[in-house]
Amino acid sequence: MSTYDAPLADMKFDMNELAGLKEILALPAFAEIDADTVDAVLEEASKFATEQIDPINIIGDRKNSPKWDNGVVTVSPEYKSVYNQFRDNGWHAMPGAPEYGGQGLPNLVNFAVNEMWRSASIAFALCPMLTMGAVHAIEHHASDELKRKYLPNMVAGIWSGTMNLTEPQAGSDLTAIKTKAKPNPNGDGTYLITGTKIFITWGEHDMAENIIHLVLARLPNSDPGLKGISLFLVPKFLVGDDGSLGARNDLICSAIEHKLGIKGSATAVMSYGDHDGAIGWLIGKEGNGVAYMFTMMNHARIHVGLEGISVAERAYQHSLAYARERIQGAIIGDAASKTTPKPILFHPDVRRLLMEQKARTEALRAVGYYAAGQMDIANFSTDPAAKKKAQAILELLTPIVKGWSTESSIELTSAGVQVHGGTGFIEETGAAQYYRDCRITAIYEGTTAIQANDYVGRKTAREVNKETGDVAFTARGLYKEILAFANGLAADAELGDIGKVLADATQALIDATEWVVGIYNTDPANAHAGSVPYLKLGGIVTGGWLLAKSAKIAQAKLGAGETGGYYKGKIATARYYAKHVLVQAQGLKATITEGGPAVFGLDEPLF
Amino acid sequence: MKILVPVKRVVDPNVKVRVKADGSGVDLTSVKMSMNPFDEIAVEEAVRLKEAGKATEIVVVSAGIAAAQDALRTALAMGADRAILVDTDAEVQPLAVAKILKALVDKEQPKLVIAGKQAIDDDSNQTGQMLAALLGWPQATFISKLVPGADDITITREIDGGLEQLAVKLPAVVTVDLRLNEPRYATLPNIMKAKKKPLETVKPADLGVDVTPRLTILKVAEPPTRSAGVIVSDVAQLVDKLKNVAKVI
Repeated sequence: MSTYDAPLADMKFDMNELAGLKEILALPAFAEIDADTVDAVLEEASKFATEQIDPINIIGDRKNSPKWDNGVVTVSPEYKSVYNQFRDNGWHAMPGAPEYGGQGLPNLVNFAVNEMWRSASIAFALCPMLTMGAVHAIEHHASDELKRKYLPNMVAGIWSGTMNLTEPQAGSDLTAIKTKAKPNPNGDGTYLITGTKIFITWGEHDMAENIIHLVLARLPNSDPGLKGISLFLVPKFLVGDDGSLGARNDLICSAIEHKLGIKGSATAVMSYGDHDGAIGWLIGKEGNGVAYMFTMMNHARIHVGLEGISVAERAYQHSLAYARERIQGAIIGDAASKTTPKPILFHPDVRRLLMEQKARTEALRAVGYYAAGQMDIANFSTDPAAKKKAQAILELLTPIVKGWSTESSIELTSAGVQVHGGTGFIEETGAAQYYRDCRITAIYEGTTAIQANDYVGRKTAREVNKETGDVAFTARGLYKEILAFANGLAADAELGDIGKVLADATQALIDATEWVVGIYNTDPANAHAGSVPYLKLGGIVTGGWLLAKSAKIAQAKLGAGETGGYYKGKIATARYYAKHVLVQAQGLKATITEGGPAVFGLDEPLF
Repeated sequence: MKILVPVKRVVDPNVKVRVKADGSGVDLTSVKMSMNPFDEIAVEEAVRLKEAGKATEIVVVSAGIAAAQDALRTALAMGADRAILVDTDAEVQPLAVAKILKALVDKEQPKLVIAGKQAIDDDSNQTGQMLAALLGWPQATFISKLVPGADDITITREIDGGLEQLAVKLPAVVTVDLRLNEPRYATLPNIMKAKKKPLETVKPADLGVDVTPRLTILKVAEPPTRSAGVIVSDVAQLVDKLKNVAKVI
């Protein structure tokens, strides 16, 4: 068994050198925060993640998962105790707005801290993640009265929150939502909610005193489409004006799911209004429910992408620890290893698997942190042009961070299982849990196909500059910038080989983008048949760009006399990534531009 | 009662250290550093005394490079009131640290110094004892319990034969062992507040202390790897091996 060790060196490098932490801290919004404080927060968070959260990950998965009994869900004592400490030590409140008890740290810092929670246990970290999602929705769209009543306790983690979108017949397509809301006949301005919601993460549990459900439902005589859906706040226990908990609302957790992974979290079937109707409060305006959900989409999707990054990192640490200690077989090309055995880390293919995990996880982190930094600039910059550009880049990268990071995490945790050989298939070693846990990340908060549709459509082919009429200007602009950097690096005596591969890969992305833009209006099905490969290409190239940039920075640091394996490692991972990952760009381009008809090559009856 | 707690920034206890190729010391490049775990226990004890109303102020002190501030900030986040960094790039050995602390005790006039029993990097286990000698104060080392009295403290210390209870007159120096307490995690609000707590930087020369090393490190080496054991067939063979191979009898 390995112990989680937060990769603080890489996190800090990405924050400082790629994501612009220094510039972000210089913004007026963060006048109170300095780099030393950020370091201290990261250090202490890493301690808490390693010593408290990491050990309970296995408990939630294989020893004592949440238990359902007649509507009541009980978690293990260990989960409860860590949740209490997490809340009492102020970590739950961290990302909240200062007026509700949060710390007002940059999103980028929250992102790094959240990576630690999720590496340690994605199932545990989901509870605060969902609560903060609900907090954002209330904060941005609910009345002041609802904010005052609910936010302080939710930000603190005394109450938790959920998002209720999915119904058995309404998954990716929310227009199919049937849950009903009607004005309370007693005329007090509340609503009565009836219906069934499924896949409600942490929908019921005993870690928080109250659970605040945000529920999408239809009002009578409303539009049958998305515009007929409104958002309601439905608490498990009704809350008095003084904040005290009153009667139990008419809602119940009718079951929890048996899942492939994230078994430490309770995924609930929620039944609203089995008696008179669950009492709910309308958030914002009628018919705006889905729009409110979409305003939080960037945030939520980037954070699910972070789950992929986090689990990939944890799986790498796990397989590295095993590869360092497991001794098996003589090493090819090393005669001495026949008499003096060496661990499997020295076998060429184990080495490759570990490089695959390390280099690709660093690429995912680089893109994720870069996007998180853009979020701070978009929200808090004082320069309107910088704000606008950052927002556009963030929107372009959001489906990449979500879709590419999570899909990659499946491959990288699988590589982790492979490093373990046969024991990786046995649950006791723990490698399998990461593989199972990350699987959901490519599904919830919009499947990979939904992300790819967004990337190829709204973020690329359908993006039009209102002033100039240019199409796909954000994507084209970014890829041009990457190409210019790659061409510059290609002339570098030491890193030129990386630069050349990056330039070729970027050109492939540019070619694929032009093809997509060209065909989108006439043959959209063809463009979408290659949308997931296109998303992957976008991820591979942006990841390769930031790793190559990291190598260049590391080279400068080493040249300036800084010592240490970290910077040498940065160059080594960038080179591995170029030779093993970036080179796939040519194949992906061919798939995207030529593979569409083959997807439709088999007539439906022949399947 | 004012309490002074010295803290040291050391290699994190979870790091597997490697000896530098030239044998001049341990390779510290890109290695995670933390507060010495025994010092964390000392800080925790001081904070508990303050929370119990038995202490009025906690001053934490570190001697070393500027980065030693990290350890001081951690102590401030745990609940210490202010910090003093004695800033020097020189290697500070136990006697130099004891002299620095003596100078600061003279200035700050604490009634109690709570120190870790040793630092996990060099394991010297000398500073607390040297400080008590320089001050002419009573000392109690390796304590696992501390009960404050009116003008003394009752402590329990771990000795080979078991536990020893002593009453120690104040002012005094105590050094703490692992079982004294379990240090807390700093809460996030306290980490944020720690930045605003005073941290004063002085040079050894300001305190009139010469920190020039008195000891020379000749060589640092990994412990020899243990070779596999052998199973002996009888007592005679065991005695023979002990005599002629191990040469211990």
